[in-house]
Amino acid sequence: MRRRAVVSAGVPLAMYEQGNPAGPTVLLVHGYPDTHGVWDDVAAALAADGHHVVRYDVRGAGASGAPRGVSSYRLSHLADDLFAVADAVSPYRAVHLAAHDWGSIQAWEAVTDPRAAGRIASYTSLSGPCLDHAGHWARRRLARPTPHHLGQLLTQATRSWYIGLFHLPLLAPAGWRLGLAARWGSVLARAEGVTPRAGHPRPTLAADAVRGIALYRANMLRHLLRPRQRPTAVPVQLITLTRDRYVSPALGDDLDRWAPRLWRRTLTAGHWSALLEKGPTVAQMIGEIAAHADGAPAAPALERAAASSREQAASQRQRLRLGPRLGPRLGRGLERAAFAGKLAVVTGGGSGIGRATALAFAEHGAAVVVCDLDLATAERTVELARLLGAPEAHAYRVDVADSAAVDTFAREVAVAHGVPDIVVNNAGVGHGGTFLRTTEKEWRHILEVNLGGVVHGCRAFATLMVERGEGGHLVNVASAAAYLPSKVLAAYATSKAAVYMLSDCLRAELAPAGIGVSTICPGLVNTNIARTSTFSGRSADGLDATRDRFAALYARRNFPPEKVAWQILRAVRENRAVVPVTVEARAGRLLSRLSPALTRAAARIDID
Amino acid sequence: MTAPLRTPARTSARRRSQATTAFPYDGGDLDRFRELQRLAYACAERVGAWLEPGVTERQASARLGRELAAAGVQDFFHIPFAWFGDRTAFRHFRTPLQFFPSRRRLEEGMPYILDCAPVIDGYTADIGYAGRAGASPVWDRIDRDLREYRDLIVAEARRRTPLNEIYARVDALIARHGYDNRHRVYPGRVIGHQITRTTARGPAGVSVLGFGVRTLQTLGREFLGERRYGRSPLWADGRASRHAPTPGLWAVEPHVAFRDVGLKFEELLVVTEDDAYWLDDDLPHVRRWQRAADTSSDLAVPDLAVPGVVVPGVASGVAVEAR
Repeated sequence: MRRRAVVSAGVPLAMYEQGNPAGPTVLLVHGYPDTHGVWDDVAAALAADGHHVVRYDVRGAGASGAPRGVSSYRLSHLADDLFAVADAVSPYRAVHLAAHDWGSIQAWEAVTDPRAAGRIASYTSLSGPCLDHAGHWARRRLARPTPHHLGQLLTQATRSWYIGLFHLPLLAPAGWRLGLAARWGSVLARAEGVTPRAGHPRPTLAADAVRGIALYRANMLRHLLRPRQRPTAVPVQLITLTRDRYVSPALGDDLDRWAPRLWRRTLTAGHWSALLEKGPTVAQMIGEIAAHADGAPAAPALERAAASSREQAASQRQRLRLGPRLGPRLGRGLERAAFAGKLAVVTGGGSGIGRATALAFAEHGAAVVVCDLDLATAERTVELARLLGAPEAHAYRVDVADSAAVDTFAREVAVAHGVPDIVVNNAGVGHGGTFLRTTEKEWRHILEVNLGGVVHGCRAFATLMVERGEGGHLVNVASAAAYLPSKVLAAYATSKAAVYMLSDCLRAELAPAGIGVSTICPGLVNTNIARTSTFSGRSADGLDATRDRFAALYARRNFPPEKVAWQILRAVRENRAVVPVTVEARAGRLLSRLSPALTRAAARIDID
Repeated sequence: MTAPLRTPARTSARRRSQATTAFPYDGGDLDRFRELQRLAYACAERVGAWLEPGVTERQASARLGRELAAAGVQDFFHIPFAWFGDRTAFRHFRTPLQFFPSRRRLEEGMPYILDCAPVIDGYTADIGYAGRAGASPVWDRIDRDLREYRDLIVAEARRRTPLNEIYARVDALIARHGYDNRHRVYPGRVIGHQITRTTARGPAGVSVLGFGVRTLQTLGREFLGERRYGRSPLWADGRASRHAPTPGLWAVEPHVAFRDVGLKFEELLVVTEDDAYWLDDDLPHVRRWQRAADTSSDLAVPDLAVPGVVVPGVASGVAVEAR
């Protein structure tokens, strides 16, 4: 790493360069109370990827100069510093900018400055809105004080508690000097889940933090109370951190007004853990927007981020115009673009609940990947999904019982279309037969498909989701038989009960990674499952008769798979744990909790 | 048993067990039926071409009635129907009254269906004509698939598959296509019904609950007559349809939908003692499919929008016999 000094309006700035000097320049700006060191992981990953990585300590922090007086910390000076550094390291080529926290606030000042054209090629913003945009954001909500808007304002206000403290005399500086700085490392570890590391925070923290209070005092009220119009033509990538305690996601709602070329990404991370724990993920996102701004085709995830941004903007405009209840909605209160920018994978998507689910996701703006044992049926689903407006739809032939095949499928999906946001493990087979009649071969088949399929799907895709770090959702389709025993469903009910329990365990394990898990218990749904079910101990004729009987039962019940699909979308949207769908599934669940003895007695009934 | 005029040589054990009539029409009769069916389709085509955004279902069905009357139609088997938009898929239909033409206005991109059943000299036609106002990719997709239903039904009828089983096979094809069975919304869940030469004497042009008075008489008599042989003039999926296709004329109307877009065709199927064929192959939907097939084979691209998508249709290998 090379260090040199750049002088901006008389203030010496400590600048650090690494990576390939001939590569695209990425300029990283840190926040408060950090130094350039907070970017260590991200810088290393970007440098390894062939970028020319430049960081500097902003004025008042780390090894840079610290001018006196609050007015020296106005945003205009900070933007000048940024341009000075950019000019020094890349005088002839625009730089890619990424900034965090206060670094992001000052970078916005630079990005919305007329000088940005030709100097800044792309901008990735984490946890720091443009103060003027935030001022307009609050005004818009105060001008239309719906409960939704007031809720957003209140949420952000409670997250900004410290800003008020920073404006009081003596209190904040005293707090930093009298121990907060010394304990900052453990505060980050406890409150933000950041693993303590050598060299962070820097020894200059106490002095940096006290000086940095001037950032708040010089800019906050000024811009929030009298916001300026600050549009930009620079491509902007907004990374929303789902666990940020200081910046609420809603602050980015109106951003498309100011930055029409906008990509919205989400990262399951806290305010600091994004950089200190998920550096490589952030580096990849920066690399993707940088490459795209330089002319490369968009990576699949980035492509969807643009779609998500467009749809969110459209529904936001609609909401501001019509009020929250009248936006474009399909049935059951889901907005048409509720899943825009998301990628959903559905196993067993060639028929029944799987097909209906894939189509429902497509109808709500998601890209879908459908797999089935029967490729032709999966391709048919894909075609229908496209007719319903899916931005992308792809079909694969996969046997979910084959763990290696599922792993390969997951890898192929990740490479070709990106890591999915939602995976619906739906593929399953029906089977009827008492325990003593069920052969070992039948047992193995049922367990391999119904349980093994879910296990393989969860493992392959949850691994990818955890690695990506942006959260996600797994949906496992179980059955009402998971909690309603029956002597004639020994193997089937066992496999589904296992799926039910697996989902409960998995939910606990994956919650910290921001991955939700839902168990769906449909009940009797009119699909071809009765026609494709196997039954133990039947002659060919008896089998057909039994199938006909069950198929007739399912047809008479006539509960459409589309309604199950709705419930699956709702389960994902609201992160619901267990969703029994039909009346019989709900009643059965209630009964199994009120009187398990009664369900055990009912298990003796010969429904065959 | 009153099986009329059957020569002993032709009476096989199988036919005796079916205890039925021979095919009751001669070539002249069939020509009259065919002529009337063409006339009905021509009227529907004219009304379809006249439709434009803003027209209501009532206006469309009234116009269809006037066109038919002007062409010499004396009575209706049932009154002319018109359905627009999601009403082509019979969404939210709870009572039979909802089948009647409403004040729904046609809009750009909406599908529509016209359905009429004119009677001339007792000869009856019953047709369904589907179209769309403006572009609709969903409509086009269903339309291309509709052909498979036509092929499947005639192939199964030729094999003398029991009517309820044909119904189930149509359902299986609908499921494979990912559509909805909408003919089950019709009274009696029927996919078709028998058509005879009406000989009733009631007042022509008077209808009760949408059906001509003479129709009701004829239907009632047919229903009772067929009951004796454990058969039904209605073709549905229940017990009453558990018999091979009865010789005669059947108006067959598979009606499928995807989301809010519904399509159907309805035309006469001729069932003789040992064969079955569509009365006429020179109909608007058949010509449309033929043109699409010709264009796509000229361009040497598959018929489907997505290359490589093959839907294993039961009847995809069955050629329609040209008559």
